Amino acid sequence: MGFSHGGGKGMSLDLIIAALLTVVNITTPILLAATGELVVEKSGVLNLGVEGMMLCGAIAGFAVAFSCSDPDVADTWLGLAGPWLGVVAAAAAGAASSLLFGFMALTLGANQVASGLALVIFGTGISSLIGTSFVGIAIQPFDSVFPESLAEHPIGRVLFGYSPIVYFAFFMVAAVGWFLNKTRAGLVLRAVGENDLSAHSIGYSVIGVRYMSVMFGGAMAGIAGAYFSMVITPLWAERMTAGRGWIALALVVFSGWRAGRLLGGAYFFGLFMTLELYAKASGFSFLPSQFWAAMPYLMAVIVLAVMSARNKGGSQSPACLGKPFIPDA
Amino acid sequence: MTAKSQAARLELRGVTKRFPGVLANDNVSFSVRPGEIHALLGENGAGKSTLVKMIYGVLSPDAGQILWNGAPVRVDNPRAARKLGIGMVFQHFSLFEALTVLENIALGLDAKIPQNKLEAEIRRVLDLYGLKLDPRRIVSTLSVGERQRIEIVRALLLDPKLLIMDEPTSVLTPQEVGQLFETLRKLSAQGCSILYISHKLHEIVALCEAATILRGGKLVAVCDPRKETSRSMAEMMIGGNLKEIVRSGGREYGPIKFEAMKLSLSKRGDFGVALQDLSFAVRAGEILGVAGVAGNGQNELMEALSGEVLASEGSILLEGQGLGALGPTERRKRGLCVVPEERNGHAAVAEFTLALNGALTARRRMGFVQGGLLNMGRVRAYASKVISAFSVKAIGHQSTAGSLSGGNLQKFIMGREILQEPRAIAVSQPTWGVDAGAAAAIRQALVDLAARGCAILVISQDLDELLELCDSLVVINLGRLSRVMKVGEASIEEIGLLMGGVHGETTPEVELAHQA
Amino acid sequence: MRIRLEKRRELSRVMLALSPIGAVVMTMIVGAIIFAALGYDGPRAVMEIFFTPVLAPYKWPDVATKAAPLILIALGLTLGNQAKVWNIGAEGQYLLGALGGAGVAILTKDMHGPWILPLMIVAGVAAGALWAAPVAWLRNRYGVNEILSSLMLVYVALQLLNYLVTGPWKDPNGQNFPQTAPYTPDQKLPADLFGLPFPPGLYVAFALALAFWLVMARSEFGLGVRIVGEAPKAARYAGYRESDAVWSTMLISGAMAGLAGVLETTTQSGQLNLGFPSGYGFTAIIVSFLGRLHPLGIVLAGIVLAISYVGGQVAQTTVHVPSATAGLFQAMMLFFILASDVLVRRRLRIEWGSRTAAARA
Repeated sequence: MGFSHGGGKGMSLDLIIAALLTVVNITTPILLAATGELVVEKSGVLNLGVEGMMLCGAIAGFAVAFSCSDPDVADTWLGLAGPWLGVVAAAAAGAASSLLFGFMALTLGANQVASGLALVIFGTGISSLIGTSFVGIAIQPFDSVFPESLAEHPIGRVLFGYSPIVYFAFFMVAAVGWFLNKTRAGLVLRAVGENDLSAHSIGYSVIGVRYMSVMFGGAMAGIAGAYFSMVITPLWAERMTAGRGWIALALVVFSGWRAGRLLGGAYFFGLFMTLELYAKASGFSFLPSQFWAAMPYLMAVIVLAVMSARNKGGSQSPACLGKPFIPDA
Repeated sequence: MTAKSQAARLELRGVTKRFPGVLANDNVSFSVRPGEIHALLGENGAGKSTLVKMIYGVLSPDAGQILWNGAPVRVDNPRAARKLGIGMVFQHFSLFEALTVLENIALGLDAKIPQNKLEAEIRRVLDLYGLKLDPRRIVSTLSVGERQRIEIVRALLLDPKLLIMDEPTSVLTPQEVGQLFETLRKLSAQGCSILYISHKLHEIVALCEAATILRGGKLVAVCDPRKETSRSMAEMMIGGNLKEIVRSGGREYGPIKFEAMKLSLSKRGDFGVALQDLSFAVRAGEILGVAGVAGNGQNELMEALSGEVLASEGSILLEGQGLGALGPTERRKRGLCVVPEERNGHAAVAEFTLALNGALTARRRMGFVQGGLLNMGRVRAYASKVISAFSVKAIGHQSTAGSLSGGNLQKFIMGREILQEPRAIAVSQPTWGVDAGAAAAIRQALVDLAARGCAILVISQDLDELLELCDSLVVINLGRLSRVMKVGEASIEEIGLLMGGVHGETTPEVELAHQA
Repeated sequence: MRIRLEKRRELSRVMLALSPIGAVVMTMIVGAIIFAALGYDGPRAVMEIFFTPVLAPYKWPDVATKAAPLILIALGLTLGNQAKVWNIGAEGQYLLGALGGAGVAILTKDMHGPWILPLMIVAGVAAGALWAAPVAWLRNRYGVNEILSSLMLVYVALQLLNYLVTGPWKDPNGQNFPQTAPYTPDQKLPADLFGLPFPPGLYVAFALALAFWLVMARSEFGLGVRIVGEAPKAARYAGYRESDAVWSTMLISGAMAGLAGVLETTTQSGQLNLGFPSGYGFTAIIVSFLGRLHPLGIVLAGIVLAISYVGGQVAQTTVHVPSATAGLFQAMMLFFILASDVLVRRRLRIEWGSRTAAARA
């Protein structure tokens, strides 16, 4: 992602557009994963395994997209649908890996923190394992599906120049917000997260609702991972998500578990991470590059402190978050 | 509407339910007629809740039949129960604090009614039965009595043919109880049967037409409360003669031993209650009772007395010494012990052995800690001593607190504190959820302790217990204490009014104070 | 047919002891199957990973070298885990410990004396504790989730290491490689303590394991930590404050991780470079759970996980499995110990129709 060196106005406009594109690119996977985790936590479950699920999605998406670009099938419908199938595969892989966590935490009632960590380590390991045969291979990035002509105009590029996954991410944030607040099913999900025993005694299947939310979170994390391997750098590399899954978790906390704030918070982060990239590229000399690299994480801690200070008494988190549900009956 | 036909609305035949280690219901059979107000009576642990959970579909019977309007049915889950026309108001509410009344009711309904239609329906039911409630309020801002009304409205919206009420009055003022009874009588007159679970005998005598009495999981008697007395039903419940509490007459009280002086604490959290200039004085050998409806500051008072929340030094005094700023361990060393309301997770840790639970509070006062290390020999010996002195039914000090029944655990907890020979002790709900035998033993232990010169404060929602146990009484309401009344002087009516603040409803200025 | 989990009345002692063993065995079985399915020699891979290091004495020093930091860090984490204070950032505290030692090393590189090494160790321990302190402060003051804050600090620590080793602390005689100058003999630990080829860190780990056992099982402080984690309200009632437990457990785990870090660098290879971060801080979490939060168990679990690391390297050369293999097995062990943990507290019951046939596990 370089910047063109035109003259005068053209140069700064190009710079701005390139920066905008970068911000969107950086933010999208975090937004996707955080949106999924928001639903999971609203139902009362804390799934720390986001990083692992993202990696599973990344390798699955890459593997399927690569297989579909194989010369034998490239001209058939498989070849055309390749990237889309990759995304679907990524979602499925993420959901499948989330079931490991779901079984531990929901059916067995095991410690959710440890189970989530186990998922991270497992997901990292299994994706590396499966990915060994895919190292060093490149595929076509899953870029914009809009016609090239729109990309000529600067505004066109800003609005239409993205991978379909980006638009999907925006759509999902809105959809999740609507779902949670305006639908009956969303009300039930919120209730399960607020008071699982009450929901159970009314007759709702707490475990059932939580399984569904966990799988949704897994699918979203999977797609987020695929964004890395299919759009940002259309390659596979071990641990390529580089801790973004953890930032997504932090994002859910300081969005106060509200979808609208999630969008804002994600872009706030994205901005900082973009700063890091530009600092490294242009070499701001007054502060070492490692400082900029550390900035997003430091910012995360500071923002967490500020948000938590404002919600005295932790009143906004779902009351049952992280508590295993064990009915007495 | 319906003539009282002979076919029972609800009938149980030989219903049995087993849990690991206990036979909760043993071959229970009884029936409820249409429009009848039927009591299900028994002390804590007799099997009433389990039986009713089976009727409502939360549990399923291991043996036996349930018949509805003469036909056998299987109630697989609460939804099926509601479809039959059975509604239930639980003792512990299934409410979602952060959501509104409307949302809470919507969640409890099986049908998907759009919110505006639902609101109209709710208002109709409220008017019909004379209940007061605002559907748009957030539940966390409501009083306990109002929260119960949500549960009742939920059940009423189904147009139920059988309404089950599980211990409904433990959280109400006497005036609110009267209102509830009016509502239930209206329902009964319209042909809805009511299954009323309680252990409060005078209420059952006042309200019910028939009573089924359970003891130890078995059905022991069926009677008509209108023809019985509280005492005769109590004896059927316990299966023996009631023991009177033995108190040495004509006691002299000593000097003032345990006091609070203008204890004030600001409200903590959204649902807390502020304590305002709270003062009391208990003399050596005296038992002071604190009556009140739950949620008026009892927990806050206990936390202030135990040292879990710190106050100003001079606001809590033991033998003239200011303890208010000291933590729990220091207070125990000086001789102030405390027993909070919750057994599990507060007064004791279920997963720990009785030995460790003993060390929880006694470790410093009784000298178990040497050089930072616990002397396990002494810890175990103490636990064993408590177990034998208070007849706690447990295998030994190695049993976990969670393996004990409620009554036995409460005996252990009380014993743990009493054997520390405190100078003053504050207990909250000492016999809540405890079987009659253990309750009697606990009350006797408190009386004996007072006779040895200890100053005792008892907080309880059970007015009967307070009247039996205490020498004097105050009422706590919205974080304030009333004047002291000698037991025997004050009337139930006056106490009830004091408990309810102003007739049980909140006036605007009181409401503002509540939100401050 | 219904499968249900019923609460046991008493914790099953049998399961308490057996579950870690069961977890390891299940890992071996499932691991063999997974690798076979992916085209490798599954059973042989498992043999190499779990048994070869045990059966080949020349590998024992390697195992010991890996076990020592794992045990040290896990001991510290366990105290926190008991209090339900989740320190996920031990890796960062481990790095800071190494950096603390390296800093003193650079300051004293031209000095001599037996006081240098202890000073380095003290600096490492302090640095580790210092890196854990903000996590405790943020949780107590602002209610910030310690999982997230401790983890974010890991990434900051990585950047700090990167900066120092490629910048101010780079060895001027090192041909511009990103590493510190090698430690002087005064700054290194003896290699052959007691005549055995094991790192001194191992003995420190054993000694501290005993100390931790004493504190956790028998001290008033240890009781408080357990109560805070088990029942926070009861803890306050008993006179223990949650904020105190957060401070003490975080500082102790930070100190232990720092100790592990500085001991690692003062081994015979004696220097700090970019390859230093090895993930021990995360693996130690697995050790803590596999060891059932008990010091003796942690020693054994640390050894088992060290074996899996060494075995993983062996398997890479003999069975050609990728380097991610060891991590995969470690994750499986964590899953299985968590799953079997459930059977300690609950009993498995299978119901056929209306009659119950209990299948006890």
